[in-house]
Amino acid sequence: MQYQLIENTQLTETVWRMKLAGDTSAIKAPGQFVQLTVPGFYLRRPISICDWDEETITLVYKVVGQGTEAMSAMKIGMELDVLNGLGNGFDTSRCGDKPLLIGGGVGLPPMIGLCRQLIAEGKQPTVLAGFNKASEVFLQDAVEAMGAAFVLATMDGSAGVKGLVTDAMADLDFTDICACGPLPMLKAIMNATDKPAQLSFEERMGCGFGACMGCTVKVKGGYKRICKDGPILDREEVIW
Amino acid sequence: MKDLSVVLSGVKLDNPIIPASGTYGFGQEFLPFYDINILGSLSFKGTTAESRFGNPTPRIAECPNGMLNSVGLQNPGVDHVIAHELPELRKVFHKPIVANISGFSIDEYVSCVEKLTKEDQVEILEVNISCPNVHGGGMAFGTSPEAAASVTRAVKQVATKPVYIKLSPNVTDIVSIAKACEEAGADGLSLINTLLGMRIDLNRRKPILANVMGGYSGPGIFPVAVRMVYQVTGAVKIPVIGMGGISTARDVIEMMMAGAKAVQVGAANLVNPYACKEIIEQLPIEMEKLGIERLSDITRI
Repeated sequence: MQYQLIENTQLTETVWRMKLAGDTSAIKAPGQFVQLTVPGFYLRRPISICDWDEETITLVYKVVGQGTEAMSAMKIGMELDVLNGLGNGFDTSRCGDKPLLIGGGVGLPPMIGLCRQLIAEGKQPTVLAGFNKASEVFLQDAVEAMGAAFVLATMDGSAGVKGLVTDAMADLDFTDICACGPLPMLKAIMNATDKPAQLSFEERMGCGFGACMGCTVKVKGGYKRICKDGPILDREEVIW
Repeated sequence: MKDLSVVLSGVKLDNPIIPASGTYGFGQEFLPFYDINILGSLSFKGTTAESRFGNPTPRIAECPNGMLNSVGLQNPGVDHVIAHELPELRKVFHKPIVANISGFSIDEYVSCVEKLTKEDQVEILEVNISCPNVHGGGMAFGTSPEAAASVTRAVKQVATKPVYIKLSPNVTDIVSIAKACEEAGADGLSLINTLLGMRIDLNRRKPILANVMGGYSGPGIFPVAVRMVYQVTGAVKIPVIGMGGISTARDVIEMMMAGAKAVQVGAANLVNPYACKEIIEQLPIEMEKLGIERLSDITRI
């Protein structure tokens, strides 16, 4: 499906926000992702959906390699080939009244669409974001604009609570967790609480829609394709 | 009206486009994109006697003009395929099916062929002796003419449908292996499987793939595939299904001019889920430009 690039803005030294205009009807849940064709590269780039409305998709991505570098150089008006609404997404019906949404670094973006949806369902989400330092912080404004509580943790203490997201978690009152971020962060969160949790995982992908078996991981009772059966797994099925 | 039909060992296909094994699952993942009954046939995910998880991740690495995979024959096992995947596929797909079979011993190949040859709608048995991603089997049978011939002879004993042996390009002389398969009774050949490759993550100074090496597929291998199909079809009389990097209708015609009777489309399905549909729609247009009325009229140059 074709989309038009209508925004590509640098948010921090390495993080950019891209907005695409086009048909968003394929998006069924927050936490899903898109597969974006980057001219000059063979494989598509899987990028989590930060937020969406009826006509636009917002992607917030980190420049980590040549493909995302090329994305950051894309000009407004460019037509992009995008596979949309991939993966299972978070199941908000399984969230309690006060879900805690934890995003580590570039794991934060899908929490925006999730937060918006939970508020629309009458729930009271808190977003907890972890970064290394104050200059890396992004999307705080997006959370606060929705009226949701925003708690920040930085490793060097230059903004918010000093330490890890698990240090900031201790004082928070929540019913359950939705989290996206580096594997060590997800593990630390699981060690810190027994509450229900939906966790978003990352793998190198081939197709992104379940055909190639490139991103299969073992889970309790079998295996799952992160792209099709994930990227959200329940904590109870994860083999750490 | 252009005639796209081709015949493989007596099996008539409406067109020569067959999604390659391992890039199309059992068809289900492509249902959201188009009606898969437009395909000539479909080669399903490589099936072994027992279920296999495959290799650890990362299993995918990007390359210029292609990709490496080291999936390692992840599949639920032949009995599960017969009990679950094939019945589900038959509900949505009404064309001939190519059953792709892998093994780690001659007995395993025989037992899988014995089971799948009895299945309705399975019209061709594609015996993969060329998977580069598993140890102690797969490609080991595809790298010597004697071993390739012994697998072929053994499966032919039990097969009631045409047997196509899928060959590896990771050999010194693919023609000698092709001829050995023909002499051992193969009804046809499929070539090429992926080229063994490797990528290194510069920052980590480690291989990108957990399994270190993997199979290279995509447009980058197309010239190698055309060359090998041309060499093999110059030396054998049995039909060849050509594959390796095919991404466009023009690639299909080029592969048929190299001597292939039908083609498989692999990696292209993964980066563009509409690839086979677009190729099938474009074929009559390219045929018109080239003055070709019937695809089956194309002969090896």
